[in-house]
Amino acid sequence: MEVIQSGIGQLIQKPDLNAFREWNRQKPKALIDKRMTEAEAIDRFVHDGDYIGTELYGTVRCPMSLVNEVVRQGKKDLRVVGQGVYETDILLAASLVKGMDITYIGLEVYGVSNVFRREVESGRVETCVEWSNAALAARFKATAMGVPFIPIRSMLGTDTLKYSAAKVVECPFTGYPICLVPALILDVGLIHVHRADKFGNAQIDGISGFAAEMARACKRVIISAEDIIDTEVIRCHPDRTIIPYYLVDAVVYAPFASHPGEMCYVHVRDEEHIKQWVEASQEPATTQAYLDKYIYGVKNHREYLELVGWERLERLKAMAQGVDNEQPCI
Amino acid sequence: MNNPVSDGYSPTELLVCTAARMMTDNTTAFIGTGIPMLAASLAQRMHAPNLVTIFEFGGTGAIFKTLPIAVGGESTFHRAIAAAGLCEVMEAAQRDFIEYGFIGGAQIDPYGNLNSTVIGEYYHPKVRLPGSGGGNDVGSSCWQTIAIMRHDRRRFLEKIDFVTTPGYLSGPGAREAAGLPPGTGPYRVVTNLAVLGYHPQSKRMLLLATQPGVTVEQVVENTGFELELADEISANPPPSAEELHILRTEVDKDRLYI
Repeated sequence: MEVIQSGIGQLIQKPDLNAFREWNRQKPKALIDKRMTEAEAIDRFVHDGDYIGTELYGTVRCPMSLVNEVVRQGKKDLRVVGQGVYETDILLAASLVKGMDITYIGLEVYGVSNVFRREVESGRVETCVEWSNAALAARFKATAMGVPFIPIRSMLGTDTLKYSAAKVVECPFTGYPICLVPALILDVGLIHVHRADKFGNAQIDGISGFAAEMARACKRVIISAEDIIDTEVIRCHPDRTIIPYYLVDAVVYAPFASHPGEMCYVHVRDEEHIKQWVEASQEPATTQAYLDKYIYGVKNHREYLELVGWERLERLKAMAQGVDNEQPCI
Repeated sequence: MNNPVSDGYSPTELLVCTAARMMTDNTTAFIGTGIPMLAASLAQRMHAPNLVTIFEFGGTGAIFKTLPIAVGGESTFHRAIAAAGLCEVMEAAQRDFIEYGFIGGAQIDPYGNLNSTVIGEYYHPKVRLPGSGGGNDVGSSCWQTIAIMRHDRRRFLEKIDFVTTPGYLSGPGAREAAGLPPGTGPYRVVTNLAVLGYHPQSKRMLLLATQPGVTVEQVVENTGFELELADEISANPPPSAEELHILRTEVDKDRLYI
């Protein structure tokens, strides 16, 4: 296959699918109880220098209880993949990020991310590689399929491709130029779900973003869940299992874990708190004060929720759109 | 209450109403953040009740109850046909099931290429913007792309700083040569000053209609490259009382955007 063009962006993580297979072979296949605290999960499964991913859409279902714990434990020199809004901002604000594969880093309606700019301009983030949304999802999917790359018809002809680590080749079947994106194997994935059992079988309500693909592209997966459910609920609706237990290393019970982001059908976004962050993130000193108050100043997610206040959280819950949120079974 | 400008509607309201009229009933449309969301919601309540909206994280065919403010929010799949995922949506576009793509950008060039990545030089940017997100994928795979932009010389440039999303790239035949699907590409640009299309041969931006109260000269002056002019340049009608009423009392009753 002739390579017509190579992106000049760095390939941050090599797509070694054989090593991934070996890793997966070692993972326990037994149904074992994986419930633990976020402190234990992050301590055991996230290491300095790891390549990590957070699964979300905007601020929807963002795994904040886990991200905050990563910051509390100061796991550093991380490489991250984003689609990032508030959660990437927090990691960047704590200066824990060294390299990024990015498709969108910003604050949606509130515009560009200040901490992203500061961390990139200061050189603390050493590497930024551009991708489109579909390209990153396809990279997860390639790993999920267990193959080293996937051909896509995005990014062709653009600077997005030029500054990526993709390649354009002449398709051996049609002769057309096609973009190949490399499999992205993550060290750790952090995913917040609506419910999971103690083994890690997980369900997500509503749209599912790239949860299925990313969970299958990770060497380790930490699940946080609004509810821990009996396995019988899983077995009553096996079609709803989006993440099967054998992918999962830790299950953390964490209601309101996406705060200040939203969890569809459960609670809406805390707009005031998001605005507070947008404001705080303008300057390094106020950024630090925010981290001191909401992350370093609390021991765990439970204390964080108490700091935010249950009354406020219940109000966010009451504002969620009225689609029935009943358990699917029993 | 936000105050509409003196002539009865704000520039944002004008953009929303103009974009909404381009949304055709019984078609599929990829809806990006911001104005496209308002336009889709207005179109559903006006002439296009069966407009099938598609959002990048999986919402397909929602009937809007409240205004979506993010592309992954609950509104994007309220009473929807499907609550799928990102791959499902992007792959549908790649198979040509998404007819129209509504997107924006910080800069646009005569061929409809869009920049949402950096202002200035890539490694030493003046402003680092968010990046492609789904923009590149929409511009690559949807059948026809409609860009919604504010119109001024800093945004309409002969050469943009970074091609995030493909338009006609360097001109006729360039998309196909790059491997993008034949017959796809930019279709319209909706701005506060004009509605523009593309010249069928040169693939350069073509002035089709001016917005109310705007002259052809004003459009030309506010464009940083030479515009092709249609043989007959029409005058785009202003937002109707009905459009404005629905927009203000139903679509964005909390005035988040307008």
